[in-house]
Amino acid sequence: MTIENPVIKCDSVYKIFGANPEKMLENNSGNVDPKIFQEAGYIVGVNNASFEVSKGEILVVMGLSGSGKSTLLRCISRLTDATSGKIYIDGQELLALKNKELIELRRNKMGMVFQSFALLPHKTVLENIAFPLQIKGMKTTDSISKSIEMVKLVGLEGRENYFPRELSGGQQQRVGIARSLAVEPDIWFLDEPFSALDPLIRKEMQDEFLRLQSSLKKTIMFVTHDFDEALKLADRIAIMKDGIIEQLDTPANIVLSPATEYVKKFTQEVPREKVLKIESVMDQKDEGRNLSDFTVSKDAIIETVAEKILGQEKSVAVVDNDNNKVGIINPTKIIRILFGEKKSE
Amino acid sequence: MNIINQYPKTFQWIFLILVFFGLCFAIDVPENYKFIRAQAEHSKVAGQTEFNFIGITVRYIEYNFLWRIPPLLGWLPIWVNDSMFFLLNDWLPMEFWDPDVEKYKTRPLILQITRVISGSILFLIEFIREILIGGIKTIVAITSWDWIDENPWAELPGIPWTIVTAGTVILSYKLSGKGLAIFSLIAMVYISIFGQWEPSMQTLSFILVAAPVSFILGLSLGIMAYKSKTVEKALYPLLLVMQTMPQYAVLVPAMVLFGIGDHSAAIITIVVATPPMILLTLLGLRGISPEVIEAGKMSGCNDFQLMFKVLIPTARRDILIGVNQVIMVCLSMAVIAAFIGAKGLGWNLLLALNRLNIGLALEAGICISLIAVLLDKMSLAWANKQTDYFGNLNFMKRRKYELFFVVTVLIGLVLTYFGSFYLKDGYNYLYEVPHNKGISTAEFWNRGVDWIWDTFFYPLKIFNTWLIQDVLQPMRAAYLRMPIVATFVLVMGAGYIIGGIRSAFVVGGLTLFIALSPWWDRALVTAYMATFGVIASSIIGITMGTLCAQNTYSSKFILAVCDIFQTFPSFVYLIPVMMLFGVTDTSVLIAVIVYATIPATRYTVEGLRSIPPALNDAGAMSGVNNLQRIFKIDFPLAFPHIMLGINQTIVFALFMVIIGAFIGTEDLGQYILKALSDLKGGGKGLILGICVAFIALIFDNLIKTYADKRKKELGYVS
Repeated sequence: MTIENPVIKCDSVYKIFGANPEKMLENNSGNVDPKIFQEAGYIVGVNNASFEVSKGEILVVMGLSGSGKSTLLRCISRLTDATSGKIYIDGQELLALKNKELIELRRNKMGMVFQSFALLPHKTVLENIAFPLQIKGMKTTDSISKSIEMVKLVGLEGRENYFPRELSGGQQQRVGIARSLAVEPDIWFLDEPFSALDPLIRKEMQDEFLRLQSSLKKTIMFVTHDFDEALKLADRIAIMKDGIIEQLDTPANIVLSPATEYVKKFTQEVPREKVLKIESVMDQKDEGRNLSDFTVSKDAIIETVAEKILGQEKSVAVVDNDNNKVGIINPTKIIRILFGEKKSE
Repeated sequence: MNIINQYPKTFQWIFLILVFFGLCFAIDVPENYKFIRAQAEHSKVAGQTEFNFIGITVRYIEYNFLWRIPPLLGWLPIWVNDSMFFLLNDWLPMEFWDPDVEKYKTRPLILQITRVISGSILFLIEFIREILIGGIKTIVAITSWDWIDENPWAELPGIPWTIVTAGTVILSYKLSGKGLAIFSLIAMVYISIFGQWEPSMQTLSFILVAAPVSFILGLSLGIMAYKSKTVEKALYPLLLVMQTMPQYAVLVPAMVLFGIGDHSAAIITIVVATPPMILLTLLGLRGISPEVIEAGKMSGCNDFQLMFKVLIPTARRDILIGVNQVIMVCLSMAVIAAFIGAKGLGWNLLLALNRLNIGLALEAGICISLIAVLLDKMSLAWANKQTDYFGNLNFMKRRKYELFFVVTVLIGLVLTYFGSFYLKDGYNYLYEVPHNKGISTAEFWNRGVDWIWDTFFYPLKIFNTWLIQDVLQPMRAAYLRMPIVATFVLVMGAGYIIGGIRSAFVVGGLTLFIALSPWWDRALVTAYMATFGVIASSIIGITMGTLCAQNTYSSKFILAVCDIFQTFPSFVYLIPVMMLFGVTDTSVLIAVIVYATIPATRYTVEGLRSIPPALNDAGAMSGVNNLQRIFKIDFPLAFPHIMLGINQTIVFALFMVIIGAFIGTEDLGQYILKALSDLKGGGKGLILGICVAFIALIFDNLIKTYADKRKKELGYVS
């Protein structure tokens, strides 16, 4: 799948840790076998990653610890330099940028949120959020008024003058989010932003994240080790193992047709009705059929509409955004999805 | 055979010790060997051999090389000294402008540089000193003596003690609250009414110059080491040696380069105080979570912004702990630097000790200790203080401490002014209590010392004689009886068993340096005194630490006591022991034991208290009693940390042994003291210092390697 004008484009990116990794890669003529590399004392962080992210898309990189997902993110934000391969940000080649250009890029186009929040302990909430603006050289008054806006955006009114040590984990991460968004970047990197939070706070923050994204429409790379989180947030998911992207697809496709055994392990326990959209299970439209008056959107998640469909006696029409019929769905099929199929597998 | 495989290390140790004793008994003492004399003397004695190295003749007494290695490095101290003199007096003469005679003069470069440094440091010290206690030298430096004669009113007046005291109290209150404020009030009033104001301010003025310079130097070198691996690698061995070298030893070369006086004392203090600052800066910067650095980079910081807006503020606490360390070193140097002319409390203390006026020495010692504890607590409070938000406060509230200080300054000035009327014929006590007009308890203490001597003379003497005759002398003889080969086998064998072949070569190399120097026998005596001190301190410290660690309150208490004792400058410890035991080896050893017990106790308590509570719970559920818990759970787990404490104990003990030379011992310290009064002693002093540092580093290497290994085995992250 190629996208027109991708915001982020990776072309066979490798990241290998060790002494003089370029030479090692050359000696193996680009073929990376983790076993051979490990024996030679190298660690393969990212192994031949190629993908594209389009504007406004949320790409979630999912993998267990040590899978190279954070390394991939750091290659794309150039916090570490990739060993080989090409990375394009808005068509600009990232690895060719000079230090100054890189700083400019980060000051204007990129924002990043960190797992451990990474707030500056000596600055208040407001000063932390204003930090990237002041680094850019913005006047103090302007940067503070902008920061007050950001505080409102993430719902921290009343805590502007608190220090990070006086905030809970969830609140600290809100500050981290506000800071990363203060310069109004196009690209938003999130490195396991909610992993250090309690489950309830995590859910709240995920909803908050989706709310923000619905209005901001940033291009997002989101790293997580939590498959459920990935399913909930992603437009597309990249599943990584040992530095290799095992599968990169929409949540529905990953659940319906896992590409490898490894991916299957994650998908097995996933309740499909929570993931799949009506579109992915509907039947071909059949003009002759007698349909119910009730219609469902093709983008609806099955779980959310299951009860209503089951209440109908006849099949239900599936419509797209312009209210055109694109297919039908039968209550018996819903029953099968909810109770049958999983057991039979 | 089975049992050997089961306990391989134990058998390695037994084998090593067998070989060691075998060698000791197999090699006889040569007939012409006399205990205690330096191997290489430069005076001619019968039976000496000599060798020539780059024009320097070294004479020495030759023995069987299994017994003593010839001092092949005997030329090194002379060579170091000669090159220092060459650099200073002959190297690269250049034209420099001399403002005194108003014309160009030819001077060697290094001499000019040291003069300029000395001059500027001296000016700073005088300036601060005269702000504190008044004087005319600063004005003279800007104008001239003639001008002063014509304008006798021109004199820096000095701040009245009331104002300095009030300022300190307010600052203490701001930093830490009521408790510290009360303590600082008591300390300052004590200093003033006991007539120690002037020497205290002299000491303070030289600390106020040395500490900031060390801070800036240490911070910049720390940053450089953080940024570049090469710098770090170059600095590391230097830092190691500087941390273990007795501060005494650096005095001698400093005296050669910078002469005698406050400036030279300040410079040497800076040299000694910078390494801990470098280490703590590096520690602080290394300890920053990588995500904070990444957050800084992603915010678009350039290198400069990253360092000063992200890294340094984030490492604030460690850096301020570094400041605390710098201040502590400066204070401990206040006494030692008095040897090369630092005025102030240290000078008075040394004078009093020299005249055996224990009472006076005690008073000066108490003053130094009070200042040390006060500055320590203040700087720690500063380090631990979190910034508060003050944007919402009005001017009066935000600046209330400053305003309060201004008010006290006015009150102080008014008091001093009135004082000058009412106390006309005597002294203005509201301005400064003169040195000999304060209350003095010296007589009381001196009488106390006499009383102790009159009353306990026989028991003390019996104890003294017993210790020297039955314990110390045999132990010293045993150390000196070691053939050099046996020593090498023991040290390198221990290195091999603990840390493998690499460790063996490192400690072997360090020992070889000492063996090739002319002072091997002296080093053995130093080692014997330190060993005795370390053994006694470890037994006392570990026992005390273990007992106190059983309970939260007692462990907090003992840690606080350790804190306070550690802030006392090491010289202060000599005062009470001299009161009790007079000028003998026993005094030195007891001072060594008291001083070196501090780290042993502290690390034991810390080690035992840091055991995860879950392990003790697990032990309790397995049904251990108290003794079982201590010996089966606590000790094995805390052992690596306790060993690090022993490492510190060794360093402390060596420091004190060397300082003990002041009372009179026959070790390396005595030679350092001799070098101090020898114009050509610079090289000697330095090499002697390095020898002492190497003794400490041998143990340091062995213990740290062991502790690291053991920690890894126990699964602590190191």
